[in-house]
Amino acid sequence: MAVWEALLELADDHLVLGHRLSEWCGHAPMLEEDLALPNMALDLIGSARTLYDLAGTLEGKGRDEDALAYFRGERDYRNCLLVERPNEDFAHTVLRQLYFAAFMKPYWDRAMTSTNAVVQGVAGKAGKEMAYHIRHAGEWVIRLGDGTEESARRMADAVEALSIYVDELFDSSDAAQDAEKAGVLPVRAEMREAFDAVIADVFSQALLTQPDVAYGQRGGRTGQHGEGLGHLLAEMQSLHRAHPGATW
Amino acid sequence: MYSQGLIGADGRTTESEEFLARFQARIDAEEKIEPNDAMPEGYRRTLVRQIGQHAHSEIVGMLPEGNWITRAPSLRRKAALLAKVQDEGGHGLYLYCAAETLGVSREEMTEELLSGKAKYSSIFNYPTLSWADMGIIGWLVDGAAIMNQIPLCRCSYGPYARAMIRVCKEESFHQRQGYELCMSLAFGTPEQKAMVQDALNRWWWPSIMMFGPHDADSQNSDQSMAWKIKRFSNDELRQKFIDATVPQAEYLGLTLPDPDLKWNEAKGGYDHGPIDWSEFWRVVKGQGPMARDRIKARKKAWDEGAWVREAALAHAEKRQARKMAAE
Repeated sequence: MAVWEALLELADDHLVLGHRLSEWCGHAPMLEEDLALPNMALDLIGSARTLYDLAGTLEGKGRDEDALAYFRGERDYRNCLLVERPNEDFAHTVLRQLYFAAFMKPYWDRAMTSTNAVVQGVAGKAGKEMAYHIRHAGEWVIRLGDGTEESARRMADAVEALSIYVDELFDSSDAAQDAEKAGVLPVRAEMREAFDAVIADVFSQALLTQPDVAYGQRGGRTGQHGEGLGHLLAEMQSLHRAHPGATW
Repeated sequence: MYSQGLIGADGRTTESEEFLARFQARIDAEEKIEPNDAMPEGYRRTLVRQIGQHAHSEIVGMLPEGNWITRAPSLRRKAALLAKVQDEGGHGLYLYCAAETLGVSREEMTEELLSGKAKYSSIFNYPTLSWADMGIIGWLVDGAAIMNQIPLCRCSYGPYARAMIRVCKEESFHQRQGYELCMSLAFGTPEQKAMVQDALNRWWWPSIMMFGPHDADSQNSDQSMAWKIKRFSNDELRQKFIDATVPQAEYLGLTLPDPDLKWNEAKGGYDHGPIDWSEFWRVVKGQGPMARDRIKARKKAWDEGAWVREAALAHAEKRQARKMAAE
């Protein structure tokens, strides 16, 4: 397995989650969130673009960011299952964001010493963004968890629904292991302690309990996705694919 | 973006002649009126209505462009469109803040939008049917808005004028971005060129209608001019817009859908064909193709977000109570 495929996994995580957040634009519960959610989406899509570009360069077959984003189907996407989960409601959306950012913050911090200069560059920018995402999403998890009866119920439902996708974040695929050995990307399992500390802190303030996960769902890294991803890609790729070879 | 050219000033007022004369003298001296200054009630009502409509237009305006965010044909365009729609939301936010300085709350204004009492720019009641609409909206709709909004940077009401400075900078960027998008299509494949010509055909007349009725049919415009809320007439602005836009269309190799459009040497501007005012009034009065869908979408977001807003308030109250108990 090659290093570029590990970068592709990371890029797919960022694009798919950015796309999910962008679905909120214009439909958020309040104007401030109509600004905040696209803002976070832009952070993620920005990182995805640089990572696709690097992946394409390392692959060496002339595929640019759009070839990688628009001309792969759901079996070829390598994102983890968490990021493709549907928005459902605001509680699901902010919890999904908290889980992802709580993983990526320490990940990017460690990637600052990557042997690859581009990864270092992304890490410098994205680490700061993830700190903000933790703060923003974490504050919402706390408000909703310790808000009204309805919001507490919805927050607990979100925890129940999304916690089964957390373990996959810490798995390194064969490609990721190669990138880790080469010092290009950090070892995923090493983020556990930092992740747990953030989640424990937020959950205690949000009056939420962490469920015992009997079985963590996995499969994104081998293209075994949920059914929602195909619809997301069908929408995202429709126009680009209708005009092969066109420049936009 | 926003431009309707329909807002007449509300001249009804109970203030004394002396008060009104003093106020007018400040306006004539180009002094800015600030939130705590004395002002005629008609001036306040006119501004609340105009700034409110402007803010609502920004918010509703997020929907037609938001329609293409998830289908943007490249990652670069996706990021640019997201950022643009986010800018429009930002404009809405600081315009609501400007209106709040006049003693009306954002919640009240939102209720008026959702109940249909408050208006917004009717251009957003047309559908966005292709990707080219993203370029045409930036180029023409934001372009028309800028014509209207640049003079608002000198509006007599300070908070509105200052908000408009930033809004105009961003709208100007959107317009160039929209034109650049149109270039990518006009100079692209034959299908792309057909796509942008089709979008131009659909948006041209609604865009020039954005300046509102002809001056002869525009009511209450004089008072807005006297109060320096408005500085140019509808027809003056429309003419400026057409004169600026025709050469831009020529550069793209696109045809404006008006067979009567021609250069008039004597006036130093373009003459245009008759505007279908029956369509204009139909759309203004709520019969635009997307009118119901737009308000339905806003109402859905507002209603489905109610539990989130309630939770945020409840949490803030709990925190406050805990803080008080600890002190």
